[in-house]
Amino acid sequence: MKTPITFTLNGEEAAVFVDPGGNLLDVLRRGCGDLSPKYGCGQGGCGACTVMIDGEAHIACLTLAETVAGRRVDTAGGLADGPDLHPLQIAFMEGFAAQCGYCTPGMLMAAKALLDRNPNPTRAEVDEAISGNLCRCTGYEPIIDAILEAAKHRGAA
Amino acid sequence: MLEVVSFPTAAEAAAAMTPDSRFLGGGTLIMNRVNYFDARVKRIVHSPDPALRQIARDGDRIAIGAGVTMTGLIGHREVDFLTPAARAVGGPAIRNMATVGGNLMAPHPYGDLTVALLALGADLRMADGREMSLEAFLAERRGLVQAVLVRRPDSDALRFRKVARVKPKGVSVMSMAAHLTRAAGRLSGARVAYGAMGPTPLRVPAVEAALEGASLDANGIAPALAVATEGLELPDDPIASAWYRREVAPVHLRRLLLGEEAR
Repeated sequence: MKTPITFTLNGEEAAVFVDPGGNLLDVLRRGCGDLSPKYGCGQGGCGACTVMIDGEAHIACLTLAETVAGRRVDTAGGLADGPDLHPLQIAFMEGFAAQCGYCTPGMLMAAKALLDRNPNPTRAEVDEAISGNLCRCTGYEPIIDAILEAAKHRGAA
Repeated sequence: MLEVVSFPTAAEAAAAMTPDSRFLGGGTLIMNRVNYFDARVKRIVHSPDPALRQIARDGDRIAIGAGVTMTGLIGHREVDFLTPAARAVGGPAIRNMATVGGNLMAPHPYGDLTVALLALGADLRMADGREMSLEAFLAERRGLVQAVLVRRPDSDALRFRKVARVKPKGVSVMSMAAHLTRAAGRLSGARVAYGAMGPTPLRVPAVEAALEGASLDANGIAPALAVATEGLELPDDPIASAWYRREVAPVHLRRLLLGEEAR
């Protein structure tokens, strides 16, 4: 039997029916049409489905969907403010920090979770913050550089 | 058909557990299996009971709710001695989800936090009110844990080391913890535990016996290093072979006991 839940997705109310044992990633992609979080491994090993729940990074594929009822979920799909990209998105674009782009939404949310609580991270702190996110083509250096660049711009804003 | 049920309290959830039920903490173990259609997971039980998420003084012990996450442990004043072990688990997103109770149930080669708890001689308070040692629990891993009970170690007495090929996040080749208690300047009643060196985290009686009365220096610990893997059936897995684990265990045990940094 499906369970009805409501939660806030990128600032707007979402109401969906979830299957028993259904995970948040499926709900976001199939139920809400937010295709920004990606399915990578289904095991929590790749971080491609990283989203924020109540301001903390979480692995959507390992989150029992019904446990987000009444909570706030933010995805990479909600980062931009209309036509204005988030500083992290700009830094990723300008720093060529996305090659195939599959890991990018998860990287962005892991980075946002870091910058929200630590606006001026060290390189080692960025390294640690994305340690749960795998990239298999861009390489980590441009991604780390982009996050540090975004931090600089956010600090200057 | 998978069934999911929620109960307001951990005690109610414990009473509702059946042999087919799995209790969901942070989801990092159970949802992994659900995603891969593991038919053994037939019923998921969970509870939002706030008591599961508390860290509080309990007489001369500290009670850590089984639902406390690794992030919840890191930097918490009462349990700051567990920060190195909690930080060794997964990346930040996993640490925001993975719970203390889940770590007790984690299959090989996971369960780094449990290694530190084992070295501390932790006890468990079950949701039905019983208490048992962590060691006894690990032999069967049955029942719903309400809280882990630990005594605060003396400063610098608890040591933890995780050995992984990938840094900063990687699966354990092995993890090690030691609670180095002393009397009259010599080790007395020290407890040593390993992770990823058997089916569950385990104590190492041969090493503990060799450390009894020893001085904490290179000469003093030499007999313990010689029996670093004595009596253990070391696992062969994609992370490392049993041979490799046997060869390197004394090196990492020395670094753990003497507080050496890895070179």
